[in-house]
Amino acid sequence: MSFVELRQVSKRFGDVEVLKGISLDVEEHGVVCLIGASGSGKSTLLRCINLLERLDGGDITVDGQHLTNGKVDVNALRRKIGIVFQAFNLFPHMTVIDNVALAPAKTGLCTSAQARERARALLTRIGLLEKADEYPDRLSGGQQQRVAIVRALAMEPKLMLLDEITSALDPQLVSDVLKLVRELAEGGMTTIMATHEMSFAREIADKVCFLDNGVILEEGPPEQIFSTPQQPRTREFLARVIEAGRL
Amino acid sequence: MHALHKVLEVFFSPGTARLALPDVWAGFKVNLKLMFTAEALVLIFALAIAIVRGLPGRGAAPLRALAVVYTDLFRGIPLILVAFIVGFGLPGLQLHGISTQSNFVYGLIALTLVYTAYVTEVYRAGIESVHPSQRAAARSLGLSYGQALRYVIVPQAVRRVIPPLLNDFIGLQKDTALVNVIGVTEITLQAQNFSNKYFNFTAYVVAALFFVFLTIPLARFTDHLIAERELRERALGQ
Repeated sequence: MSFVELRQVSKRFGDVEVLKGISLDVEEHGVVCLIGASGSGKSTLLRCINLLERLDGGDITVDGQHLTNGKVDVNALRRKIGIVFQAFNLFPHMTVIDNVALAPAKTGLCTSAQARERARALLTRIGLLEKADEYPDRLSGGQQQRVAIVRALAMEPKLMLLDEITSALDPQLVSDVLKLVRELAEGGMTTIMATHEMSFAREIADKVCFLDNGVILEEGPPEQIFSTPQQPRTREFLARVIEAGRL
Repeated sequence: MHALHKVLEVFFSPGTARLALPDVWAGFKVNLKLMFTAEALVLIFALAIAIVRGLPGRGAAPLRALAVVYTDLFRGIPLILVAFIVGFGLPGLQLHGISTQSNFVYGLIALTLVYTAYVTEVYRAGIESVHPSQRAAARSLGLSYGQALRYVIVPQAVRRVIPPLLNDFIGLQKDTALVNVIGVTEITLQAQNFSNKYFNFTAYVVAALFFVFLTIPLARFTDHLIAERELRERALGQ
């Protein structure tokens, strides 16, 4: 049994069917990259996996737990699943260290003192300890995003969902964030990542899925998807990515 | 010249002002007590009702409806009518504990009822102005609905609505003068009694000055907060 299993997941917003029966397996310690044009459903899929969006159909299992049976403790489940957003979404009214320490302390994962200690260790790891008492708006985008990543890590998740986490960053700030993701993946963190960073996906992913119009049109090892894509739509998408100089 | 002299004599007589000051000040202390007690109650109740109005799910629908009815009703009814209904109605019920309160308490209840309805809307606007992604971020970390509200949404919302809250507080300060209609011996009633006794309106002017000296600094402070925020937001936008 895979660590994450999606079966025929569907989601609609009003009349728009955003996900049309998506099935996907992610092995423990595996890294899956979702690629595809904006609007293809990548973000919605990630948001469904930690129940930020309700499914209209299908089933999701994470670590043997069915998310969709209605009896699941959503809060307990989300503690196992970290998500990082494109727009960072740090809490602007809290210092960096409070951003990181809030959830572990309030959800009972550890005491307040332990949470702060853990936050300091995480901030040290990303070289931002000296920013601990700053507010997020004093940090660069790249720094904010790395804080957002360790904020999620502070809950000791078993699965990380990364939603185009470098898309809002200036190009020179991307590499620090990707370096952190690489470290996580190498450390065995199960990761599902929606991204436009094709060369990074190619380097890091065990599996790449090409989403098009709410379905996974093609999936496979990165070499296969990037070098010998089978579907015309995949070829077309990658051709445009290459044209834009992103691969 | 005669008219001017008359005006000065009837409205701005220093001697009468000095004579009226103790009574008017005694009345104003009642207003101060009313405004601060009412404001404290309003800030608490309004936040609670604003949160109720935002509760999700079908189960909370009756509560939400109740909150909507309350705010619609008490934003619609003039304060003076609420004061009559509470101040004369509740004693008329002849219920133990409810009908034996002082006029001050009835005035306090009327002010709190009306201003809670206004301030609920202010809080609600603040809560809705916090971007949904903040809630998503909080919930995705495993915080419950209530924890997300308490630690992430409400602190940001309150910060944003401090200027409109202060504006409503200024309104409340002035409206404490209305509850004299149910016999609360506050500043207006004191001034009125004094004027009736001496056939001189200087006491009203003195009373007016008390309010002006209280509200103007608060209004300036509110302006200052708004200007400061604009500056900060412009700096962040660059």
